Amino acid sequence: MSARPSPDDGMSAADLAAKYGLSVSGARPGLVEYIRQLWGRRHFILAFSQAKLTAQYSQAKLGQLWQVATPLLNAAVYYLIFGLILNASRGMSHDVYIPFLVTGVFTFTFTQSSVMSGVRAISGNLGLVRALHFPRASLPISFALQQLQQLLFSMIVMVLVVVGFGSMPGLSWALVVPILVLQFLFNTGLAMIMARLGSKTPDLAQLMPFVMRTWMYASGVMFSITHMLKGRPEWIADVLQVNPAAVYMDLMRFALIDEYGSSNLPSHVWAIALFWAVVLFAGGFVFFWKAEERYGRG
Amino acid sequence: MAEQHSDRPTVIADDLHIVYRVNGSRGGKGSATSALSRIIRRGEERGVRKVHAVRGVSFTSYRGEAIGLIGSNGSGKSTLLRAIAGLLPAESGKVYTDGQPSLLGVNAALMNDLTGERNVILGGLAMGMSREQIRERYQDIVEFSGINEKGDFITLPMRTYSSGMAARLRFSIAAAKDHDVLMIDEALATGDRKFQKRSEQRIRELRKQAGTVFLVSHNNKSIRDTCDRVLWLERGELRMDGPTAEVLKEYEKFTGK
Repeated sequence: MSARPSPDDGMSAADLAAKYGLSVSGARPGLVEYIRQLWGRRHFILAFSQAKLTAQYSQAKLGQLWQVATPLLNAAVYYLIFGLILNASRGMSHDVYIPFLVTGVFTFTFTQSSVMSGVRAISGNLGLVRALHFPRASLPISFALQQLQQLLFSMIVMVLVVVGFGSMPGLSWALVVPILVLQFLFNTGLAMIMARLGSKTPDLAQLMPFVMRTWMYASGVMFSITHMLKGRPEWIADVLQVNPAAVYMDLMRFALIDEYGSSNLPSHVWAIALFWAVVLFAGGFVFFWKAEERYGRG
Repeated sequence: MAEQHSDRPTVIADDLHIVYRVNGSRGGKGSATSALSRIIRRGEERGVRKVHAVRGVSFTSYRGEAIGLIGSNGSGKSTLLRAIAGLLPAESGKVYTDGQPSLLGVNAALMNDLTGERNVILGGLAMGMSREQIRERYQDIVEFSGINEKGDFITLPMRTYSSGMAARLRFSIAAAKDHDVLMIDEALATGDRKFQKRSEQRIRELRKQAGTVFLVSHNNKSIRDTCDRVLWLERGELRMDGPTAEVLKEYEKFTGK
């Protein structure tokens, strides 16, 4: 060691740090400070989500056209299987069922892909986490935002299908905005929870597709819950209908499809939608923040 | 040695230990049956192998110092840098820093499928620069990289660049920001000879602005040129800490040069 005569000799590391105002490297900031830092990174969050979205199809010949073509093909496949082959449209005319199916598939896909990208938000970007400083919540939020932008592309297809089957744009279409806001908050909260769990247990990426598929079939994406469960105890249908995926899906259908009236919605549906959004977002955010300093470990 | 640093500490490492946990690398060559037996055989953190990368390192760095980190491959140099930057959590011990130490490098934030142009913006934002700062420096970054010397390459996706061109753009983006405590991990040797000279010049400028510089390198000459103090790591332990000439002499004896 080079000798350095100094009044600080013999002081412990902690005392020395305190004397010169040094702070612990990589310590977790307080919740308010964390939100402030996150707000400071809003441009990065947006740019990162847009970059991911563009990079997705940049090698394809048709390029960004796939943003719209992919959901369109998706809708076509589901129509073929459930509309024509399995005839799941029970209790609905053809003109209602197809918009019903398309809105359901796209709205659920929004939640599904937010969860799936949330699982890999940290574990799939460990290189980034170990190289640069930024509030880690930027990653799951950015991925959820990418899915929101993806949904906005799908909405083009959705609107075409809905109008094509006879529902005209009306005042109720304005409801789409609050519905999307609430669903986005819900998805982001879920993505943050999955990001923390996935950073510790990457195996979730293998497990989640099955969980999500079960959730999809239980939420009435391709059939009406009330019709399908006729004759069964009423509480089963009630439970399925207040599950967040079904709530946002049904609200979206109610807003866009003329013949899908409020009788299809559970009571207090807006309160339930708000409840899920606030609880999941706030809870997910705090849950994610609690492990902030440990994400680099992987 | 003419040491010009003050007595103000910038980084204090206190008995620092870093442990990596690696999944699925214990026994049975990762076959399904061995994975299953790992799940069934309950124990503390089953199936996880621990790699103790840094073992009890303590040192204090002062404002104005340029510190070199040397040691053979896998001795824990890069890990130590990441821990100082607060990017890797410590198993035990603590690191105290004055300001936010940053690693020189944005590679992880850039995307090969995007144009060079968008990567400059994305990389800048990822390092915490504001949109205005990026706009101000955009021209400098592109010029410094020399990407456009051979045609309008900045508007093409990065995957179309040669590896040298990509490395130059990455360095140019990373070097566009000023840092309190700057850490450079063998970033010097990128690009052709002309670009190397230019980047060495830029690193000297960055060093002047930064409070403290850490440099990881296997090139003893560049350590000798830039650093006044050297930390020698071996197997995660701090083997020697002192003036450059002394430590390098011992190190060269050790490596048999």
